[in-house]
Order: sequence, then C-alpha cells, then structure tokens
Amino acid sequence: MHMADALIGPAVAATMYACSGVAGGYSVRKIRLENDPKKIPVMGVMGAFVFAAQMINFTIPGTGSSGHLCGGMMLSALLGPYGGFLAMIGVLLIQCLLFADGGLLALGCNIWNMAFYGCFLGALLIWKPMMKRGASKAKIVAASLLGCVLTLQLGAFSVTVETFLSGVPELPFSAFVAAMQPIHLAIGLVEGLITAAVLCFVYEVRPELLWGVEAEGGRWTLRKTLSVFGALALLLGGALSLFASGYPDGLEWSMERVAGTAELEAAGSVYERAAAIQGAASLLPDYAFQHSDSMAGTSLSGIAGAVIVLLLCAGCCYLFKFFKKNIDHE
Amino acid sequence: MSNISRTIYEIQSLDALAKEKRWINELHPLVKICVTMLYIGMTVSFPKYCLGGLLAMAVYPVILFTVGELSFRAGLRRLRIVLPLVCVVGVFNPFFDREIYAYLGKVAVSGGVLSMVTLMLKGVFTVFASYLLIATTTVEKICYALRMLHLPKLFVTQLLLIYRYIGVLSEEAGRITRAYELRAPGQKGIHVKAWGTLVGQLLLRSMDRAEQIYESMCLRGYQGEFYYGDKIKMRGRDIVYLCIWTAALIALRCLPVTEKIGSLFM
Repeated sequence: MHMADALIGPAVAATMYACSGVAGGYSVRKIRLENDPKKIPVMGVMGAFVFAAQMINFTIPGTGSSGHLCGGMMLSALLGPYGGFLAMIGVLLIQCLLFADGGLLALGCNIWNMAFYGCFLGALLIWKPMMKRGASKAKIVAASLLGCVLTLQLGAFSVTVETFLSGVPELPFSAFVAAMQPIHLAIGLVEGLITAAVLCFVYEVRPELLWGVEAEGGRWTLRKTLSVFGALALLLGGALSLFASGYPDGLEWSMERVAGTAELEAAGSVYERAAAIQGAASLLPDYAFQHSDSMAGTSLSGIAGAVIVLLLCAGCCYLFKFFKKNIDHE
Repeated sequence: MSNISRTIYEIQSLDALAKEKRWINELHPLVKICVTMLYIGMTVSFPKYCLGGLLAMAVYPVILFTVGELSFRAGLRRLRIVLPLVCVVGVFNPFFDREIYAYLGKVAVSGGVLSMVTLMLKGVFTVFASYLLIATTTVEKICYALRMLHLPKLFVTQLLLIYRYIGVLSEEAGRITRAYELRAPGQKGIHVKAWGTLVGQLLLRSMDRAEQIYESMCLRGYQGEFYYGDKIKMRGRDIVYLCIWTAALIALRCLPVTEKIGSLFM
C-alpha cells in the first residue's frame, strides 16, 4: 500500500504532510508528557523489530501463498498510539529512503494511510476499549482482526481518494475502489491473524508489555450483568418506546386483511368476565394511563413491562440455579 | 540469497556507498534534501499530457549519476518495488482515454497512452532522485539535517535508533528463520502454528535488547540528546549547488525549454 511519488500531486502531498505533521507533533507532545526516558530506545528498537519482522514470510493456510506483517496495530498494542505512530513514521521513512518503498513526497500520505489509522484509530477506538477490563486471548484475537481489517480498509480507501484528487488515474473511482478494497480485506485478515498470534504469545509470556491492558477489575459478575441489562431495558422501554409505530403488528395486519378488523369480537359470558378482570387488573391498558392519552403513560408502561420481564427472568434464573444446586448435592 | 540476507546486504552496500569520499557525498545534507524535494515536487507537478517538458527533467538524474559515478543499474533495481503499482494504475489509462492527442509520424497517440507514459516516467525519475539522495548521504547525516529543520529530537533520535538496530534485528530474524527452514525443509514460509512463538520470541528479545541499550546509553552519558560528532558547516559550494539546481529546475518546469531547443533543429 506504499504510494509512489508519481501517484500524487504536490497539493495533495502538501496537505497530507500537514495532516501527518499535526498527528506527529501531537504524538511527540504526548510522549514528552509521559516523561519516560526509556521510551525512546524502546520505540527505536521496536521500529527495527517491525522492520525485521516484515521480512519474515508467513504461510497462509489453504492458499499456497504467503503474507507478511505491516505492524501498525502491533506497535500501538505494545507502545501505545503515540509511541507506535512515531515508530511507524520512522519505519516508513527508512523504507522509503533505503528501499524506495513509497516516495519521499508521498511520505505524508503513507504516514496517514498506514500509520495514522493503525495507531490512532486501531489503538484508541478498538484496542483500548476492548482491553479496558482486562485482556483475554479471545479479546486480543478480536481486537487484532477488527483493527487490522478496519485500518487497512480505511488506508486503501484513502489511497484511492488521494490518487483521484491528484488526477492521476483515468479508471473510474468506483472501479478503483472495487479493486482496492477486497484485496486489502484479505491482506487485513492475514495481518490481523499474524498480529493476533504474536500478541497472544506476548500475553501468555509477558502480559505487562501490552499497552492499555488494565489489571483485571474483577470478574464480570451477575450483578454487573443485571445492572447493564437493567439500564438497557430502561432506555429501550422508557425512551425508545415513544417512537413505537402506531401501525398494527403483523398478526393484526393479517387479521385485518382476512376478517376486515384487527380485533375479533368475542361473544359469551366467559369472554365478558375475562375482559372485565383484565380491564380492572391492567394498570396501563393499551400502553397508556387509564382515560389518558399522555406520552408519559407510554413511557411508564414500557419501563414497567421491562422491569416485570427482568424480574421474571431473574426469578427463573435463580430457580434454575436453586434446582441445579440441589441436584448436584444429591 | 534469502530475502533477509539480501536486505541486509542492500543496507550495508548503500551505507558504504554513502560513506565514500566523493564531492557529491561531501555536500551539505540539508542542501541535498532541499534539492531532492524540489526536484520531486517539480516532476510530479507536470500535467499528465506534458511528456516533452517531463523528459527535460531527466537532466537531473543523468548529470548526477554521471558526475557522481553512481550505477544506473542500481538505480533501476530500486524500481522493482514502485513501478508495478504505478503500472497497475497507469495501464488502464489507454482504455478510458482514447482521444487522439498527437501523431508520431503516422501513428496516432491517444491521451491515455501519453498519460500512462508520463506517469511511468514520473515514477522512474522520482525513484532515481531518492536513490541519489540516499546513495550520497548517510542516514546519520540525514538525521542531522532533520534536526536543522527543527524536527523534534525525540523523533530524530528514535529514527537513528531504528536505523542502527535494523541490521542487528534483521540478522537475528534471519538466524531464526534459517533455523526454522532447516527444521522444515521445502516449506514455503512459516507455518501458522509457529506464527506467534517465532515472531514473539524475536519481539521479546528485541524488548530485552531495548532495555540493555537504554542502560548502555545512560552509562555513556545519554541525557535525551544524541550527538552527531562534528558539526557540518554550510560552505560556499553548497550554496552554489543549491542555487544552480533551484534555478535550473524552476526553468525546466516553467519555461518551454525543450520546445525552444527542438525548434532550433526543426
């Protein structure tokens, strides 16, 4: 995905240099604020590590081909977004100078496409939130895959946009995008798997090296689960129920088509008595207060329904747990 | 030769080339960076059908390769990474832009063909320019010039460290993969089962090495600033080189130099 100088115009190059420069300046400021003198040698050596690791070919199972590591996501998982970003700039600059892999003028674009998305978006929007409550192998695999796929897709799309804004290809934009995105989806998946394999190894051997992984803040307890589901239920029942459709549901709609009415008339003393009991017992008939069309009634009925369902579920769970414990004792 | 060995060899040979005693190597690194960036900027700014004007930009690499006694073949070898991507983008131009733009004798040349050739030439010239820079300037000197441009010392120091440890870690990666290949003959690449452990081991060793490096740096008096040895002074010839190339490149870009020369003979 390294862009050559020939693929961009001076205006696009200058703009991308400015954008990458701002991100770089911000990263330098953040690293300075960390005030960790060890950080610079670690960044340097990790940059060299990524460079060396990129030369190792990995067999892609079932394809007969091989892939290699890019490293943005891995560096940010080890050094954090700011250290990872600066190390990636170093790697890209050296690749450009020593191997003509990417152009000098296109360096700003390459930094943005390959380092910015991987280090900032990958680390801050995917890695950090997922590792906030402690890491696990499943989380590392998910974060690596998601991070690599997303950042490579964004990078590939940016390459297309930058090339088009420079007026280089005659190929229609949609055709260029259609050619770039699927290839980079496959590359992103392979890179994600390699990154996941390496980070899982680090997690097993030296978990303290991983960035943004907080000490396990206790297990995910039943109380926490119930609190989250309770809050969600209140939100759905209380706020979103106001936007519920006034149109008939699927069954009512079908009945209306067949019988000409959504509610069938039931004749007979048994039906009348049942309807009277239901009318007296229901606090919020037809999702509203009795004799009122207030919206508060709709909200309250949503909340009440959610609470009742939650209580029923919790009751069922406790009953299940109680009977299971008794069976285990026997 | 394996991929890793070839890479290490390339780095070492470029470093040796840049350390040779030649007048072009002795020029101030900041001047060379400025001229290179100006040349690349001017080259890519040519419109897509302006083949004549672009061809005149060949003057810069031709003069410097010849006077600087550099190998054209080594420059061409560097195109193997960049040119395929440029070709992929440019190869569709003749299919989408079929309007006849010029006649070469009796052969009609479409705008697409012209823009494809222009694009490829831009790719070749810009790669030559960056090769000229790195083949005549060591990375240490480039870092020195970057510090003169007020890039943060934190960034420049880590850049220098990356460069210094690429060789060491690449050799280590080479040893690891060679050991793996000897245990798994005929296998292409590293098997999926070994992905994590193989690269993970290299990573852990690199981390440990970073700690040792930091301690050694502290013992040698490192306090956040890298010292680059002697100060490189800007001399008269550096200024002359900068002025001549700046004027020449602007003239080649802005004036119809090739057309004027061509009209003398036709």
